[in-house]
Amino acid sequence: MDAATATSNTGIGLSVSGLRKSYQGTEVLCGLDLEVQPGELFVIMGPSGSGKTVLLKHLIGLETADAGEILLAGEPVQAPGVLDRLRVAMVFQSGALLSSLTVAENVGLYLSEHRLKPPAEIQRIVAEKLALVGLEGTEAKMPAELSGGMRKRAALARALVIDPQLIFYDEPTSELDPMIAVTIGGEILRLNRRMGVTSVVVTHDRELGFGIAHRMALIAGGTILAMGTPEEIRQSDDPTVRRFLSASYDFDDTKGPTHEKHA
Amino acid sequence: MFQDAGEILMLLWRTLRSLPRTWRQRRKVFEQLFEIGNASLLMACVLALFIGGVLALQTGPVLAERGLGGFVGQVVGLSLCRELAPVMMAILIAGRIGSAMAAEIGSMTVYQEVDALRTMNINPVHYLVLPRLVAICVALPVLVVVAILVGWLGGALVAFLNYQVAISFEGFFGSLRDGVDLLDILNGLSKSAAFALVIGTVSCHQGLATIGGPRGIGRSVTKAVVNSIVLILILDYFLTRMLMQLD
Ligand SMILES: Nc1ncnc2c1ncn2[C@@H]1O[C@H](COP(=O)(O)OP(=O)(O)OP(=O)(O)O)[C@@H](O)[C@H]1O
Ligand SMILES: [Mg+2]
Repeated sequence: MDAATATSNTGIGLSVSGLRKSYQGTEVLCGLDLEVQPGELFVIMGPSGSGKTVLLKHLIGLETADAGEILLAGEPVQAPGVLDRLRVAMVFQSGALLSSLTVAENVGLYLSEHRLKPPAEIQRIVAEKLALVGLEGTEAKMPAELSGGMRKRAALARALVIDPQLIFYDEPTSELDPMIAVTIGGEILRLNRRMGVTSVVVTHDRELGFGIAHRMALIAGGTILAMGTPEEIRQSDDPTVRRFLSASYDFDDTKGPTHEKHA
Repeated sequence: MFQDAGEILMLLWRTLRSLPRTWRQRRKVFEQLFEIGNASLLMACVLALFIGGVLALQTGPVLAERGLGGFVGQVVGLSLCRELAPVMMAILIAGRIGSAMAAEIGSMTVYQEVDALRTMNINPVHYLVLPRLVAICVALPVLVVVAILVGWLGGALVAFLNYQVAISFEGFFGSLRDGVDLLDILNGLSKSAAFALVIGTVSCHQGLATIGGPRGIGRSVTKAVVNSIVLILILDYFLTRMLMQLD
């Protein structure tokens, strides 16, 4: 066990109340309330454009809300020094690796920039985290040489290096093939179980969501439609929730070219 | 417009306040210096050679006609080091380096790399702006010195080769030495340092303020270059006035 994983790493809680945000007059978040317990694995699902990424950006302090409050471990996220003290990481939807650095430099950036470890140690940690996400041997590659899925996994490795107490995943399995997606899902779960990292996962992937969540929320149009355990969500009778959960590829009229006749 | 100006001054202030961190970022400063030198040294020399040449070509015959041919060196020497080398190099660097800075930081902004830095508690001002600003403030005055020397050489060459002027190298540089002293060169260098601050801050600010995807990057680059050049020319007038009072 290295020093990083040996530190007592209890996750931190998160609470959001009355969060509002509009861009150029259109309201994207219309008064969200949300509570995530320390160590919980919380999944947020919702249709495209429903404001999931915007919500995450607020939670990690990249955007300032028009109204409402966000508390990380009981402290307002925008208060000075809070994000320096807490170790919070985010895996971006597109990876957001620095394109001018190699994969290894990207993954080790947090440690090298803050001078937390000597270079040899950083190299070892980077190799370890890359192996964890199945990217061993890609240290010297540039992000542009990776596929979308590999970039996403490198971004995950970069987030793990921070040794986070709270981690946000934005669409961790989109662009991944089913096998890797399952591996990543398992990794998210394992990280949460082993170290108690509070995890907030934003995804469209219903299988992933229902597979790993302790609790989940469904958002659409900037508000929470339903929140609860996966079981509770499945039982929901909200029509939008039902539609989101039951959408499937089972078209009964795709067996051959048919032309609908309009009476 | 005024909001931009405020933001630019704010960025300049925050960058200057983080100057003590320069040593930590020295590797990036050297990388930037290398890039600037690599991208602009040759172009600066060619530009300076021709500016010196055309100065001698324009002033030489006029002065020689009136029997003042001996002053060509002085005229070319002074105008180069006080005015043309600092301004022309600043414009060249705004076009060559300012644009690159705006494009690079702009694409990092658009592709969320800047956001990613923030989530790792890495201040983009320290990581991106500081090394670029320090590098350009070192590189531009150095380029100006090179440009002054090369420009003088261009002037001397034309003064010697042009039959209407036909002044020997000794004659040209003798007159130059009489008319130009170290203060004139320092005058030009202090202007170029101010121009470097303008280019670096405006371009980095524009990069960080990029919105709207890849097309936004193009807009940012254009704005960075145009705004830098306009500011340089306006600032040049006022700095010149100020430095004249000091003389
Ligand atoms: N910086 C911004 N300026 C203006 N509008 C924005 C901005 N960021 C997001 N939006 C708008 O907010 C809405 C929600 O965007 P968001 O990226 O959060 O969607 P999402 O739920 O993450 O969708 P997806 O599942 O496709 O990633 C969109 O309509 C988008 O146009
Ligand atoms: Mg999104």
